[in-house]
Amino acid sequence: MTPGSPETPHELSFGHELPPEDSAAPSKGTIRVLQLYPRDMNIYGDWGNALVLAQRLRWHGYTPELLEYNVGDPFPADVDLIVGGGGQDSGQLVIQDDLLSRESTLKQMADDGTPMLVICGLYQLFGKFFKTRLGSVLPGIGILDVETHGTDERLIGNVAVSSPEFGSILGYENHSGQTTLGPGVEPLGTTAKGTGNNSTDGQEGARYRNIVASYLHGSLLPKNPALADFLIRTAVERRYGSFTPGTPDDSYAVLAREHAARRPR
Amino acid sequence: MLYFSVPLGKFVRRVSRLRGGGSALPGLVVEKIDPDFMRRTLSTLPLGVAVVSGTNGKTTTTKMVVELLESQGLKVFTNRTGSNFTRGVAAALLGEVDWRGRLDADVAVLELDEAHAVHFVNKVPPRYSLLLNVLRDQLDRFGEIDKTAELLQHIASKTTGTVVLNREDPRVARIAQTLDGPEVLYFGLDDSLLSTFPNDDDMRAAPGSPVPAAPARPAADVVLRRVGADDADFEYDGATVTTGMKLRGVYNIFNAAAALTLARGVSGARGTGTDQAGLLTALSKVAPAFGRGESLVVDGLPLELVLVKNPSGFRLGLKSFPAAGYATMIAINDNYADGRDMSWLWDVEFDTLRDSGVDQLTGSRAYDMALRLQYDDVAIGAVDTEIAPALAAFIRGGEGKPKRIFCTYTAMLAIRRELSKITTVEVVS
Repeated sequence: MTPGSPETPHELSFGHELPPEDSAAPSKGTIRVLQLYPRDMNIYGDWGNALVLAQRLRWHGYTPELLEYNVGDPFPADVDLIVGGGGQDSGQLVIQDDLLSRESTLKQMADDGTPMLVICGLYQLFGKFFKTRLGSVLPGIGILDVETHGTDERLIGNVAVSSPEFGSILGYENHSGQTTLGPGVEPLGTTAKGTGNNSTDGQEGARYRNIVASYLHGSLLPKNPALADFLIRTAVERRYGSFTPGTPDDSYAVLAREHAARRPR
Repeated sequence: MLYFSVPLGKFVRRVSRLRGGGSALPGLVVEKIDPDFMRRTLSTLPLGVAVVSGTNGKTTTTKMVVELLESQGLKVFTNRTGSNFTRGVAAALLGEVDWRGRLDADVAVLELDEAHAVHFVNKVPPRYSLLLNVLRDQLDRFGEIDKTAELLQHIASKTTGTVVLNREDPRVARIAQTLDGPEVLYFGLDDSLLSTFPNDDDMRAAPGSPVPAAPARPAADVVLRRVGADDADFEYDGATVTTGMKLRGVYNIFNAAAALTLARGVSGARGTGTDQAGLLTALSKVAPAFGRGESLVVDGLPLELVLVKNPSGFRLGLKSFPAAGYATMIAINDNYADGRDMSWLWDVEFDTLRDSGVDQLTGSRAYDMALRLQYDDVAIGAVDTEIAPALAAFIRGGEGKPKRIFCTYTAMLAIRRELSKITTVEVVS
């Protein structure tokens, strides 16, 4: 299937719609953005990340094509960028088997360098396993060398992360699973405020190839345009060889970051 | 201990009022020295205690239930000032009891925050509970939505008489299956109105996508059949009645069906019959609770305050109050009572504001809101995180238009304080 092919299932995002396109300039090309399990893993503003990727693609002069993959759907071809969110425990159980059945597809894409953003619940399930408080083990798809252990402690609040690649990252965490990284991944950064992956090592998120995994909601991408543009640039370069950025107006993002950084935990 | 706890509590209440302080301190004092005060006092009420809980609409629904029961000649004790915590109930009780601790009322109708309701029902098992909905609200406080449903389930399980449930909210309706003691009554919606009440799972359902076959719904005691511009149709006892409504917003009117169900249950328990005409007259006169779509007058023009505190509430607010012809302000704070997490703004679509734009943004997270609107291509007038100057600028610059302010809880309190300097508003502390 070629990008823009009309037979793709779920052409537009469920419930949420992109604002109408109003640019008269010719598109530099189409980028296919796939939301993973938006029906079941959509808590805490995960749509915000998909919306930011789509709108910034436009602002950079490209045409976004937003696709969805839900339990039981055929997996779309020629996906340039993947974004997946968090869910409640019940949502994670619903997608569990389906996700495991897509393990080889997603692993192949990850190793080929497809940029992906996975937040909270899907971050955990992209890892090796999630061991619940009661000791049962939910297997993950093992793309990320991380493991997660359920706890009684809920880590909630504003987070500031210092990242060697992306500078300061701001967001909000809300999770009781605690994740530790193995040697196969790098942390996204270290926490300057808040907890991050777990309550002991001060690390937040994980990086592997072009995957960014994080516990941060907020939503993450709106207030962290550097992260959004990394995913976009990587997707465009892989599809078209090079990326010519546009000039998005990030003045509100800059001010939102300044004010968010001053708020209490 | 019992001899002086009430006089002491009342004294603390009087002193803290003089100081202009909050409403919970006297409750704290009486709780410490006389932990049984609340249960002992409330257990004397002939018709018992009714608890109203859920994410959205507690305040307006409680107000409706109180006014409906008063129409039946009942004396009702309630925690009117929005102190929907256990301690707030104790403080409100102190204000009502005489110096010997006696409460002159037939029934108590109490609005309780989900988490605090659990503590309350452990101390005082209610005769009635009314559970409105479980929506994504302040999940940073309660963890996850399924946990919130568990809190409501606990309230239902402690209820000794009748549990009133929202038939259309799957997480609430499901509670019925876990109960074997209390009677269960439902309030419901006509099929034609179901689509206007998205629950958090439906929010992402594709327009036109096949709807999974719904299990047969139980019969409801009261069904909202139709919502008009200033009236509504309710069906109960096998007939449909039309009544005028002062309340605005479909969600308020659905909560009227909830209030009717509870009021019919409580009033029916007296054995003297219910004055049906009196109920409807009272319902038609219920005015919105503070900030729930109430309309004030500023410079001779209407100014509406719409409280928004979760994605579903914000979506319903935008749907219920069309933007055309209005100047619009949005005030977003992130204090504890508002919820610190701003993610919820990204679960609301603002496309309905695209034509008219938003004139003014304010609140501690005004720039988060600005960023959100930017990504929905909604034009923004001015941004000022300080509420007082933003409100003044909004009122000055309104160009003779009626005005509407969507605001989070603490932003609403601040806006009301400012407005009270120029118009008559009920200030709630």
